[in-house]
Amino acid sequence: MLAPLGLAAAAGLAFWKMLDRMAAGKFDPHALDNPLVGKQVPDFSLTGLGKAKGFGAADLKQAAAAKPVLVNFYASWCIPCAEEADILASLAAEGIPIWAVAYKDTEAASGEFLNRYGNPYARIANDAAGRVAIDWGVYGVPESFLIDRSGIVRWHLAGPLTEDSVRSELRPALRAIA
Amino acid sequence: MIPELGNFALALGCCLALAQGFIGIYGAWRRDSRLMAATPGLAIGQFLALAASAAALAWAATHDDFSVLNIVQNSAAAKPLLYKITGTWGNHEGSILLWGLVLAICGAAVALAGGNLPTALRARVLGVLGGTSCGFLLFALTTSNPFARIWPPAADGQGMNPLLQDPGLAFHPPILYTGYVGFAVPFAFAVAALLEGRIDAAWGRWVRPWALVSWCFLTCGIALGSWWAYYELGWGGYWFWDPVENASLMPWLTGTALVHSAIVVEKRESLKIWTVLLAIGTFSLSLSGTFLVRSGILNSVHAFASDPARGIFILALLALVIGGSLLLFALRAPRLASGGIFAPISREGAIVLNNILLCSICAVVVVGTMYPPFCDLLLGEKISVGAPFFNAAVLPLAIPVFAAMAVGPLLPWKRARLWPVVQHAWWAALIAVVIAGACSIGMKILPALAFGLSAWLILGSFAEVVERTLLFRAPVASSFRRARGLPVAVLGAAIAHAGMGVTVAGLAGASLSTQKIVSAKVGDSFQSGGYEWTLMRLEDVDGPNYSSRMATIYVKQDGVPLTLMYPSRRTFPLQHQTTYDVAISTNFLRDLYAVLGEERDGAAVLRLHVNVLAPWIWLGAGFMALGGALSLADRRLRVGAPSRARVAVPA
Repeated sequence: MLAPLGLAAAAGLAFWKMLDRMAAGKFDPHALDNPLVGKQVPDFSLTGLGKAKGFGAADLKQAAAAKPVLVNFYASWCIPCAEEADILASLAAEGIPIWAVAYKDTEAASGEFLNRYGNPYARIANDAAGRVAIDWGVYGVPESFLIDRSGIVRWHLAGPLTEDSVRSELRPALRAIA
Repeated sequence: MIPELGNFALALGCCLALAQGFIGIYGAWRRDSRLMAATPGLAIGQFLALAASAAALAWAATHDDFSVLNIVQNSAAAKPLLYKITGTWGNHEGSILLWGLVLAICGAAVALAGGNLPTALRARVLGVLGGTSCGFLLFALTTSNPFARIWPPAADGQGMNPLLQDPGLAFHPPILYTGYVGFAVPFAFAVAALLEGRIDAAWGRWVRPWALVSWCFLTCGIALGSWWAYYELGWGGYWFWDPVENASLMPWLTGTALVHSAIVVEKRESLKIWTVLLAIGTFSLSLSGTFLVRSGILNSVHAFASDPARGIFILALLALVIGGSLLLFALRAPRLASGGIFAPISREGAIVLNNILLCSICAVVVVGTMYPPFCDLLLGEKISVGAPFFNAAVLPLAIPVFAAMAVGPLLPWKRARLWPVVQHAWWAALIAVVIAGACSIGMKILPALAFGLSAWLILGSFAEVVERTLLFRAPVASSFRRARGLPVAVLGAAIAHAGMGVTVAGLAGASLSTQKIVSAKVGDSFQSGGYEWTLMRLEDVDGPNYSSRMATIYVKQDGVPLTLMYPSRRTFPLQHQTTYDVAISTNFLRDLYAVLGEERDGAAVLRLHVNVLAPWIWLGAGFMALGGALSLADRRLRVGAPSRARVAVPA
């Protein structure tokens, strides 16, 4: 008979602690943090989408050792992905290598999308089942990760890249690992 | 001046609630009949005060009183009148006032309809309601007062979230809150029963209609919310396992269990302790849902301004209400002796199975919803739990519920044999298996199973009606006579269970749905889902407080003109926000669903969905609520005529 009370008390205590941490700024449930930041790229290997070359964790680390790589999860069915297309194109034009993971997409639809909005990607891996996205902790597309020379994820953004986020977040992150 | 009066009425309501709480509990404890007799008046007084308070807030909103902070933050002069009124409960402060008002309505209803309740029981029930209400009104007065003024007054308001400017959502909160808060009445009855240390069949008969009314409202509220998500958010989905959606699903699941277990208390004087726990648990989950949303602990699309300070207040209130009632339960529940014994295979046994499964589903939803914050707290890890977990974990529990749902009502009380019951429903089972078999050709196994279960539910639910009216076996006139003599509750249960079947079919239909995202120039045609969609026009249209870009889509099927659809994209300048106004054309078997996305270089992104059976999801919910309402109309449930009806209709 005491079990429900005990359960409720434990939950109440935990909630109180959460509120306490929220007030102290230690806990923000709304932040879309990624657990990968500061850690090595998870192991994976994907084939390419259509004619594009795919990649795995080893290829990514090898390329990043020469120059930091921006990994971008995208899908042709995602409207914000179209929104960030211009910014990705300008980053690619600057010489930043951008590697893409096509999330739950088909070759035909993706090809159409890249024809329309331009293809800023050096490589495109096909994650049709969305398994690799789970390992990366992707919330939804688009989502971008910056990999440094030692293969560690240095920066992460859930949602489309904007001029603002590039200026205030991506560029400082790039400078920090340059 | 009017907002001050509203504030005063709110404070008055709080005082009356305090008096109601204290006098109700203390009076019943002292067996003071004068004190006990005072509680109904106090409950009605509290209702009148809060109604006046809500009216004052509506006045301030409709008269654009921009010296009231709440109006400035959530309204604007250019907002349509309907949304000025409905906007009063579309924000944190106003919704807490609505909470209090609905609770007061429940109290007043118990006071007015509870004339034949034992005086002490009524006083205790009203006392518990008053105490709970007082806590919430104090919360409103101290941390979230809707009548707070600002100085200097603003010239215009900041406007309302455009997503909320929608008729469907305007009525979603009051209906949902009536559902949530309505469970306060079974809760109050449970606490009163624990205080008295006694539960009998009459208690079950009083509790069940209240639980049923709340359940109907909650069902409608959840359905309305999901329908709103479907047509307003423009993602084509209807349920996202969002924490706030889950928070409303939890009390619905335990409330469904309660509605059933109360029958056993009423008819068989069994499952008493469990039913009391369910009543407490359901209301506790309703309260916790509010807390989780308002405190900002859960990450959700329902972005109420989250404030840890408010969270602490609600948490303290929860500790008092939930902790207090569970403590009372721990102390008193062993005293509630259970009566009737029953075999595992019996109506009671079926209801126990229903309760176990529903509560397990609820536990799954609780775990999935609470895992991320708890994981962060205890392990320091950030994770998110999404639809794949919920689907995978809920499905294996839901399938036996659906399978048993149709058989349960056919089982006799006390002791039953499964075989004769299966014989009554064999035709339903046969048709269901045939449908599942037919669907499994060219479909995945799960949707085929779901369609089979849906047919089983719909047909099996009416097996009892067919059985009882001897339909197809006796002459039609005799069947008709029997049908008229059938208790309405039997029909209600059949309709509600069949409603679940309709919803299941709607959910299964999602697997047949197709969607296509295209980039279209005016004049382009696309094939999708067996229809030909042509973008005819793109034009600018002005609305009352927004400007809009509207597409005209011409849909043909096999070359035959079908319909014109007008999806649009609205820009609300005041909030710098864009919403997508979905165009839906339905024939109740499928929805054509078109969304106009962004435009670029003269081409517009169109999303074209064909959602098979989608309307059935909400239609089924409507049937469930209708079944509940019918059941409510049953004479045997109407307090006042229980004994007479028992003679008239042998169960």
